[in-house]
Amino acid sequence: MKKSDVPQDKSNLKSSGFKELCYAVDEKGEYTTEKSTGWEPKTIALDNAMEDINERVALAKEKVARNETSPIEYYMELAKMDLPILASYVGMWQWRVKRHFKPKTFAKLSSKVLQKYADVFEITIEQLKNINNGN
Amino acid sequence: MEINFTHHQSAHCENGVVSNLMKFNGFEVSEPMVFGIGSGLLFCYLPFIKVNHAPAFTYRSMPGFIFNRFAKRVGVKIKREKFSNPKQAKARLDENLEKNNPVGLQVGVYNLTYFPDEYRFHFNAHNLVVYGKENDNYLISDPVMETVTTLTEGELEKVRFAKGALAPKGHMYYPIDFPKELQLEKAIVKGIKNTCKDMLAPVPIVGVKGIKTVAKQIRKWPKKKGVKVANHYLGQIVRMQEEIGTGGGGFRYIFAAFLQEASVVLKNEKLASMSKEMTEIGDLWRDFALDASRIYKNRSSKSDGYNNIATQLEVIADKEEVFFKTLKKVV
Repeated sequence: MKKSDVPQDKSNLKSSGFKELCYAVDEKGEYTTEKSTGWEPKTIALDNAMEDINERVALAKEKVARNETSPIEYYMELAKMDLPILASYVGMWQWRVKRHFKPKTFAKLSSKVLQKYADVFEITIEQLKNINNGN
Repeated sequence: MEINFTHHQSAHCENGVVSNLMKFNGFEVSEPMVFGIGSGLLFCYLPFIKVNHAPAFTYRSMPGFIFNRFAKRVGVKIKREKFSNPKQAKARLDENLEKNNPVGLQVGVYNLTYFPDEYRFHFNAHNLVVYGKENDNYLISDPVMETVTTLTEGELEKVRFAKGALAPKGHMYYPIDFPKELQLEKAIVKGIKNTCKDMLAPVPIVGVKGIKTVAKQIRKWPKKKGVKVANHYLGQIVRMQEEIGTGGGGFRYIFAAFLQEASVVLKNEKLASMSKEMTEIGDLWRDFALDASRIYKNRSSKSDGYNNIATQLEVIADKEEVFFKTLKKVV
């Protein structure tokens, strides 16, 4: 890539006020660095990834409303986590966390276990029990 | 307290931390030099590891490997510490800062508040330098950022003790022993040979063979996985390839910069022409990303498009195969 070809496309990087560093060659063929505000192919990929997460969150929300899953799954998606990551944060086995997705099991959880989840998601137990609370 | 530490922005975090810590200790080593000697370049396809609900692709070697190999090859000793107790981790950090010693830290990205939201995933192998503390704020030199920044005690603890794959466990590291003079020649040759070996490894998910495997998979995705998932997977490849820190083209440009620098150190003209070739291969990776993005931009499922970019990948794989076979003989 030539230094003059380093893309300066619009991206969310720009609005956060930082540029990333790219390596490129100057007119003499010597390697140098150039700052870039973003590149469209990457921006689209990032936007799609964010959209995908938002869809997952919306879907989880609907499932909670239909009583098909517990709020834990909703908050997990909201925090961009998956089962292994969440299990690692709360310090429980994955199968145990998965069980807590069942609304019936969730309703019987002790406040100690609920607090663990609430701490990880940085919310109160009330918010954990009711996803429309404070959101 | 603030240590007199100079922040230089770099493309990649690990190279950047190493390069910046070396410069602090009086050794001028560029980012591409660290990357090349540490054999950072790689391609690896990890279908059994899911990142963000898609298979993992990586264009670089395992976190930590670059610094370890670099240190070993140039004769620098590094001290590494991990902690189970956050309080102890903080105490050791503060001790070092008081001794005027800036340290490297491995951290999770998700809670780095200064990153834009779409970069904040649960990725735990980011690196930064702490070079001081003012009241409750740690002074942070994050190599991918243009300028220095700060994190509160609470924020720093959170990122040092992020959980999930590659959890940092408070991982702190810094060089403790240096050679009188850096001898780069042998280290460069070792770094290059290692990279050639990795890229030509007889393993279907690693190096050139890994690229070919991915090309084959791409042809199958639209039918096997459906449009949505196939597009998501493609997006994942491009994101990993052009992630902040790759310097563009999946680290190929940084590697080309390294070869150019190496040709001067080793007085080897051939390495300079190899550098040019690597730049051209980097351009092919960029073209691949551009064409892949057209597919997921239009949410297209036309198998033509998928076949087309798969062919592009195969061309890249063939070129890299020839490239690394030649490079092995040049040094």
